Amino acid sequence: MSGPNSDYDPVEVTPLKPEEVEAARDAALAAIGAATDLEGLKRVRIEHTGDRSPLALANREIGALPPQARKEAGQRIGQARGAVNKALAERQAVLEVEHEERMLVEETVDVTLPTDRVAAGARHPITTGSERIADVFLAMGWEVAEGPVIEAEWLNFDALNLGADHPARTMQDTFWTEPQDQGIVLRTHTSPVQARTMLTRTPPIYVVCPGRVFRTDEYDATHSPMFHQVEGLVVDEGITMAHLKGTLDHFAESMFGEGITTRFRPSYFPFTEPSAEVDLVCFVCRGAAGVVESCRTCRGEGWIEWGGCGMVNPRVLRACGVDPERFTGFAFGMGIDRTLMFRHAIEDLRGFFEGDVRFTTAFGTEI
Amino acid sequence: MRAPLSWIRDYVDLPAEVNAEELAHELTALGLKLEALEKPGEDITGPLVVGRVLTMEPEPQKNGKTINWCTVDVGDANGTGEPQGIVCGAHNFAPGDLVVVVLPGAVLPGGFEISARKTYGHLSAGMICSSRELGLGDDHEGIIVLPADAGKPGDDVFELLHLRDEVIEFEINPDRAYALSLRGIAREAALARSVPFTDPAARPVPEANGDGYPVVVDDADGCPVFVTRTVTGFDPAAPTPSWMSRRLFLAGMRPISLGVDVTNYVMLELGQPIHGYDGDKLAGPIRVRRATEGERLRTLDGVDRTLSSEDLLITDDSGPIGLAGVMGGETTELSGTTTHVVIEAAHFDPVSIFRTQKRHKLPSEASKRFERGVDPKLPAYASQRVAELLTTYGGGTVEPGATQVGTAPSRPQIRIATDLPARVTGMEIDAATTVANLQAVGCRVEVDGAELTAVPPSWRPDLNDPFDLVEEVARIVGYDQVPSILPTATSGRGLSREQRLRRRVGRTLAGAGCVEVLSFPFVGDAAFDALGLPAEDVLRHTVRLANPLSSEDPSYTTTLLPGLLRAAGRNLGRGAPGVALFETGTVAFPADRGPAPIYGVERRPTVDELATLLEALPEQPLHLAVVLAGERERSGWWGAGREAGWSDAIGVVRRLGDELGVEVTVDAAARMPWHPGRCARVSLGGDELGHAGELHPRVCQAFGLPPRTAVAEIDLDVLMRHARDVVPGPQFSTYPVAKEDVALVVATSVTAAAVEAALREGAGELLESIRLFDVYTGDQVGAGHKSLAFALRFRAPDRTLTEQETAAARDAAVALAAERTGAVQRA
Ligand SMILES: [Zn+2]
Repeated sequence: MSGPNSDYDPVEVTPLKPEEVEAARDAALAAIGAATDLEGLKRVRIEHTGDRSPLALANREIGALPPQARKEAGQRIGQARGAVNKALAERQAVLEVEHEERMLVEETVDVTLPTDRVAAGARHPITTGSERIADVFLAMGWEVAEGPVIEAEWLNFDALNLGADHPARTMQDTFWTEPQDQGIVLRTHTSPVQARTMLTRTPPIYVVCPGRVFRTDEYDATHSPMFHQVEGLVVDEGITMAHLKGTLDHFAESMFGEGITTRFRPSYFPFTEPSAEVDLVCFVCRGAAGVVESCRTCRGEGWIEWGGCGMVNPRVLRACGVDPERFTGFAFGMGIDRTLMFRHAIEDLRGFFEGDVRFTTAFGTEI
Repeated sequence: MRAPLSWIRDYVDLPAEVNAEELAHELTALGLKLEALEKPGEDITGPLVVGRVLTMEPEPQKNGKTINWCTVDVGDANGTGEPQGIVCGAHNFAPGDLVVVVLPGAVLPGGFEISARKTYGHLSAGMICSSRELGLGDDHEGIIVLPADAGKPGDDVFELLHLRDEVIEFEINPDRAYALSLRGIAREAALARSVPFTDPAARPVPEANGDGYPVVVDDADGCPVFVTRTVTGFDPAAPTPSWMSRRLFLAGMRPISLGVDVTNYVMLELGQPIHGYDGDKLAGPIRVRRATEGERLRTLDGVDRTLSSEDLLITDDSGPIGLAGVMGGETTELSGTTTHVVIEAAHFDPVSIFRTQKRHKLPSEASKRFERGVDPKLPAYASQRVAELLTTYGGGTVEPGATQVGTAPSRPQIRIATDLPARVTGMEIDAATTVANLQAVGCRVEVDGAELTAVPPSWRPDLNDPFDLVEEVARIVGYDQVPSILPTATSGRGLSREQRLRRRVGRTLAGAGCVEVLSFPFVGDAAFDALGLPAEDVLRHTVRLANPLSSEDPSYTTTLLPGLLRAAGRNLGRGAPGVALFETGTVAFPADRGPAPIYGVERRPTVDELATLLEALPEQPLHLAVVLAGERERSGWWGAGREAGWSDAIGVVRRLGDELGVEVTVDAAARMPWHPGRCARVSLGGDELGHAGELHPRVCQAFGLPPRTAVAEIDLDVLMRHARDVVPGPQFSTYPVAKEDVALVVATSVTAAAVEAALREGAGELLESIRLFDVYTGDQVGAGHKSLAFALRFRAPDRTLTEQETAAARDAAVALAAERTGAVQRA
């Protein structure tokens, strides 16, 4: 740097000569234009605008000029630096876009690669099926009642009008706990939950009871010593078989779709009177002529046997402390496993209990 | 119950065009459920005719058999009137006999087409038929030889042999015992079609007199009615008429001899079981009494039975001669020499019969009817019918003596409001319909204003209560008339917290990649041994089943692991590289609190009675078990996979705790079936939740599972108790966080949880979170030691922490860890 001028005698300061400034500016602009990447541009920035760049050095010489000359020199340098900075910014923007484009191309991956580091889990179809059923009734304002699987004989049989000498008892082959005279069984149906409900609540009662039950059946494609039932119980004033029909029609439509309703056939269950068997319109062929004949789901019947139902026998109401003069009730029950078997065209019941994950995960996908 | 349509038609005026299918559906709608429909004879087409054997030449063959070359007169049935030449392998006939001949062009059951064919050197133009070839029975002793008066050569035999019929098999509900007879089924058919019914029981019977075979009834409760009739001069060799054996066969019974066939026929016809005795083998009067304990009887099936004092017996002076209503004895049964038949038609108490049948495991056609309830007025009519059939087809005389002890009990009067059927069914049923329908099923009805009194008929012992009458009225109106009305429930409260928690647990585990399974809860010593449980282990104290399906698994399980481990093995065996399964289910522990009482049902049990009942039941906690075996994370383009190990099992339990906002405490434990050095006891607030970790290598081996298989089993009821119902809204600071990492060297035996707890406590309120991020063992820390690195995050609710505050908190944490665990901070 030159020393300050002490008097007004225009001293020639070389770096501030217009031609020098223009040369420095042009050199910078040329370098900027020549920079091909952000790294290069960074070097250009340091070289042409850094502390040791010609324009920076020239700027520092302004102080050496006499005051009268400073303004003009200042303007000259300022314009030059402005032009360089503007070019730098523009070039920076261009190169950034180029850089980003290149990076995005370079970072391309094969998005079709597998991503399944951990296999999917799933809940069991009987669990989700039971919940789905429960939800249908919850939506109507019912509640879900439950009870233990190892149950008192009195609750499983006697309270339900199945006395010790009732022939129907032999139809339900019962697992007894040892010693057999202890009055304790593995429940043969979910009906003891109904008895428990009536014994512990006062009407109106609107409950649905899904659960696990046991019978001494040999294990094959359609029988299992353990299976699942869902029962419903309503006890209220003025309840009729029409309410039973309405409930089952609604249940059927909720599970199998619009138009799938039920029909009743007279039957016999000790805990209900009158009793009926419930058939479901075959949800595959809908009993339509020309289709029903070859339907495998209903075997050409147009109807599928679904379960049993009836009006709660006043004897049962009495044993459970409900006044049969004031209240009437209905009850129904069906097999959950069986319902799922025909709903999903499952041919072998044993699939539910084998635990093969391929079976269960398939159902885990159902919404 | 199998009912040939031709037999039903005997008692009901059914239009000719009504077929079995139609009728079966109508009866199903009335409550007799169609089980199966058969059309015997449908697969036979003629010509099938009567033939007279003219000549038969026995011709021995090289194969050792002798065939008969016969000429048979078939009238004009063959179009020529010439005798038909037929080869026949049977020998039970002679020239002059009438036989059944099937001619070329006919088709026999099984699509067997008959044509003239060369055989044994002759052209055999047809076949002489056996019963079996015509589907008439399984008798294959020889060909059918028709009675001499059966017809003349060339007559069609379809009618003659009752070849074609339709058989409806009904599934009869236990309450409709009357339908275990053609009488009952025909009565329903008449009801279904509104046509007249002819009661086959209605026939003249002699007044009861004391002159029949003598009877003494010691137990009138067990045997309210006992009738005997006697036939003498009976020909034991007389054949059963073909129509009768045909009907017995179609109804599913095997024809045996005329005497036995007649008793069976009348049982099917009327529903009254009959027993026939050889009168010459009876000694002294027939006596009905209870057995003495230990008394013995050899029943018809040849089994020597030890009797109970509850068994009702038929005896004579020789001792027991029959189990009343269940099965007769050997000594007095009808035989091929019986000419003096004593007919027993009695009524027995259903409960007594049911118990005896159960006790001796002797369900029979008789006991099936008696235990469900037979019409007590039948004995006199049924015994008369038997006597008539015996003498009609077997000769002899019906003795005028007719002994009857006891009379049919009267039926109750049932009083109901006439609108009860309408009120219970929701159908529009007026009083007139109610009365008419009750009368249609045989009730005597008297109307008294808005009420009526009905007396059910003798054949309906199932009708006792008002609602029984409702069902009768409703089924005739038709269940298809029941309207469909959705009832309005009285606002439920949604799922219970237990139900919500169970759903949450299932979803969490599925979300963690576990698949749910359901196993049978039966277990035995083999499974406990495989789990390596010591002899005194609490899990071996089980609720045992009196009648397990398999003697190897005689108990209700105390742990979900055996079923789960088997399922894991099954999946791996089927080629799965890894498996993660879970199961929720109840297990049971004996309560050992005495029997669960059997109360009456006339009233609700008292609160105390109910409590006694429920207390007697086993403890049945709801468990959750998880197994992780083999590949847990797959290897792939991202790098190596990972095998399941102890931390996965503990991780699942912790994850559940996190989901439910409860802090799971993990402590080292040693318990089979877990690896003693890799087993954690997991707990909540001091309550044991269960255990988790790696299986003991011996257990892996016993279940055929890969090494390092990890399992957890916890009690969801405990989790349920600790799960929070209402979570307070969280408060958190937005001031900057200050982070401090510390590495502490401790002895190998010191647990990470202990160090963490000390740090947490020492750090005080400013500590926001602490997390172990590294464990190091090796030269730098020396043998017997490990370095645990923790990341601590500090934050104040109301200010930015200064460096000094953070450092002070960290130092306090380290100081307490040093004091409690001997930790030394790594430089
Ligand atoms: Zn169908």
